[in-house]
Amino acid sequence: MSGFLAEAGWFWPVVSLAAYFLGMWLAGRFHWAIFNPLLIAIGITIGAVVLSGSSYEQYQASAQSLSSLLTPATVCLAIPLYEKLACLKKNLKAVLAGILAGVLTSLVSILALSALFGLDHQQYVTLLPKSVTTAIGIGISQELGGLVSVTAAVIAVTGVLGNVTGAGLCRLLRIRDPVAQGVALGTSAHVIGTARAMEMDELAGAVSSLSIAVAGVLTVLCATVFSTFL
Amino acid sequence: MAYLKQLARILFITLLGEALHYFIPLPVPAGIYGLLLMLLALSTGAICLSAVRETGKFLVEIMPVMFIPAAVGLINTWDVLKGIWLPVLVIIAVTTALTMGVSGRAAQRVIRMSGRKEDP
Repeated sequence: MSGFLAEAGWFWPVVSLAAYFLGMWLAGRFHWAIFNPLLIAIGITIGAVVLSGSSYEQYQASAQSLSSLLTPATVCLAIPLYEKLACLKKNLKAVLAGILAGVLTSLVSILALSALFGLDHQQYVTLLPKSVTTAIGIGISQELGGLVSVTAAVIAVTGVLGNVTGAGLCRLLRIRDPVAQGVALGTSAHVIGTARAMEMDELAGAVSSLSIAVAGVLTVLCATVFSTFL
Repeated sequence: MAYLKQLARILFITLLGEALHYFIPLPVPAGIYGLLLMLLALSTGAICLSAVRETGKFLVEIMPVMFIPAAVGLINTWDVLKGIWLPVLVIIAVTTALTMGVSGRAAQRVIRMSGRKEDP
């Protein structure tokens, strides 16, 4: 059995998909935030990897067929963005102001809480790029001397959390404008948040895609300054 | 052939993005360069929307599933996180919610301010 698991290239992607559909079914039956398809898929996949006795490297070799599609998919976020370009231009000032406010909030609040919990410098800079998309965040973490693999995991958790809570939090805070919802999801939870924004509203998804790029670049610029504060 | 051609165009832009990522010494990922290149190509008419639309929408739709492998990577960092997982989790939850709230409310406020100016 373990020989087959190591050999079969599509075993883990199929398990992940099956878990995702189970998550969708549960989400349809029980309207709890915890029954988020992505969250359930991740939980089940982690459980299955551990129970099967596969190493993470074995898992990754198979799961790569899924994650390698991420770059072309990110490129394709330009398509909904282009379709909403006119509306976006009209709201450009609001979008940029929102993203800037979000990036600064993220950095300041990470600084404050890291100081509060007594994290050391390396732990602090590891967390600093947590709201930007993985590839940018890893670059920042590396640059500042953080633990890159932890940054990658923290970014993933941030995104999933944003994906799971995004719609509810927007409702709670009365963020009703789709443009503002897109700014909120993309700035705080990068690509994974954008996937949710895309489900909420097409315009929100387009704005969210743009926010990933802008927030990423702004964070690159500001994180270096913030890294000197703790 | 339609899908094959669309996929070829998307992968070509992706490759250009990877080239930019390789040659420009900034921590900007290939996907973001590619996104900007694709936007540029669509805006200038170098690529027409219908020449990438269906395959592009397909990739965007299945995107959430592509994040599962990265999140499963948590297994690998458990040794480092063991001692500090609770503060880290609190920091992630609080700062993500704050960032979402502040950025969304700020954008909404500016939209409403400029909207009021336009239609008095």
